[in-house]
Amino acid sequence: MSRRRLNPEAEAASARAKMHKKPKFRLSFVALPYCVYALIFVVVPMVLVLVYSFFYHYENGGSFGFTWEFFARFFNFSDPVYMQVLWRSVWIALVSTLICLVIGYPMAYILSRMKPRIRGIVSFLFVLPMWMNFLLRTYAWMTILENTGILNTALQAIGLTDKPIQFMYSTGSVIFGNVYNFLPFMILPIYNTLIKLDGSMVEASGDLGASFGQTFRRVIFPLSLPGVSSGIMMTFMPALTTFIVSRLLGGSKISLIGDTIEKQFLSTGDYGFGSALSVILMVLTLLAMAVMGKYEKEQSATGGLLM
Amino acid sequence: MKRFVKGMKGAYSALIFLFLYAPIAVMITFSFNASKSRGTWGGFSLKWYIELFGDARIMQALGNTLFIAITAALLATIIGTAAAIGINAMRRVPQGIVMNVSYLPVLNADIVTGVSLLILFVSVGIPLGRISLLLAHMTFNIPYVILSVMPKLKQMNKHAYEAALDLGCTPLSAIVKVVLPEIMPGVVTGAILAFTLSIDDFVISFFTTGAGVGTLSTEIYSQVRRGVKPSMNALSAIMFVVVLILLIVINIRSSKDNRQASK
Repeated sequence: MSRRRLNPEAEAASARAKMHKKPKFRLSFVALPYCVYALIFVVVPMVLVLVYSFFYHYENGGSFGFTWEFFARFFNFSDPVYMQVLWRSVWIALVSTLICLVIGYPMAYILSRMKPRIRGIVSFLFVLPMWMNFLLRTYAWMTILENTGILNTALQAIGLTDKPIQFMYSTGSVIFGNVYNFLPFMILPIYNTLIKLDGSMVEASGDLGASFGQTFRRVIFPLSLPGVSSGIMMTFMPALTTFIVSRLLGGSKISLIGDTIEKQFLSTGDYGFGSALSVILMVLTLLAMAVMGKYEKEQSATGGLLM
Repeated sequence: MKRFVKGMKGAYSALIFLFLYAPIAVMITFSFNASKSRGTWGGFSLKWYIELFGDARIMQALGNTLFIAITAALLATIIGTAAAIGINAMRRVPQGIVMNVSYLPVLNADIVTGVSLLILFVSVGIPLGRISLLLAHMTFNIPYVILSVMPKLKQMNKHAYEAALDLGCTPLSAIVKVVLPEIMPGVVTGAILAFTLSIDDFVISFFTTGAGVGTLSTEIYSQVRRGVKPSMNALSAIMFVVVLILLIVINIRSSKDNRQASK
């Protein structure tokens, strides 16, 4: 009895329920159209990808059944063409991400130490190129890097080389394109954690006799790790799955996992194998997120200790 | 020493800026190049702009892009806002399930979302074209609307809606008159986000569009693949100026809002 009096909210609610018979409408019902939409356009397509990757089906005969064929084609150890493609994609994405981190971290740090007024304008200037169409930005690099492009014309004009240097259609040009396109995705999350960093901790570290290098290694960098890990995810994932950068800057020579999936669906019409590759890519995404997520959690635990 | 460090910082920032803006500067410059060459300057000319505006495919693609972006953003904002309100009122377990499903298109690689929708459209027999594009764009837009509206709902007083019901509002009018005004900034942000994502999207459009129906992005892709196309430089220059103006307007507006909020 006394318990009820201690809870005026519940009392009010029950009084309200008694007063007017509560209408049967629940607020959560307004999410119903979305739930139906998400079921049809998010859940069902994912299930279909799984179904296509594990079942064969012949158009004319109409037969249908379970098969490992598509995954076996990928995990073919006597002719590991597709595993090589995946390995190349992972490797290119890792190198691109690492370069973005090495170039981007100092920039994010410099940016975070600017005066707030200037900082706003400068970070605006960083975001601006990202709003340009991705394809047009990549096309611009074709203009610059081609054999008859600006860079080669300039190099020949000043006599540094007499034959054009082949910049395009190499692993290097794909990595370059990735770095260009995804660098802001690395800088911005790191910058966001660095501006929230408590300046008094950096001061305290200095007061206790640490050099800048020590402060950076022991205080600033560990505290910015959440930003670093989301920066890594935000550059690694698009670099891993792209087929535009590789198609435009790598030509037909550099084929990545994204190119291979695209070909299965839009050229050869092999939905089964394309779906299997998509499943493999999804598993890889989940793994990457699990690794980074675990790292972030560990980080926040030690971060809590530090505080 | 301090001045040296400052100088280094300046030089480093300048280098990064050069890297980020070099291609944009090159494209804008070459959009006025009379020569078709990508390496040499053949004098000032506006002919690529004239060619661009005379390109029926580009103009049609622009029309498609705007139609799809506006329609998809509008529908996604309505469905997404309702979804956020409903999800916020759900019990924990169903809420968790629905939110996880909502994160799927955000977390999945675009190419995976694209092919999964392609499979759906082909399996169900929805013809690839404007309708499939619209449905696909709504699919990746709605989660961003939900994610923009959700924080505003969490900030809001939970009992405002119930109070409105007690005072005699119907659920619909309580949502429209009490909840909606509170979460409006999130709704507007979500709508703008959805619109820009739609305009910018290439990968998902590429997989879900059919022959003859191009968006600006897919049309750019097919033209750029065919080789030198100076009218693309003109298009970049125009898009850059439009984006610049839009972002400046948005920034001025939001800083005004911030100042009003801090007063």
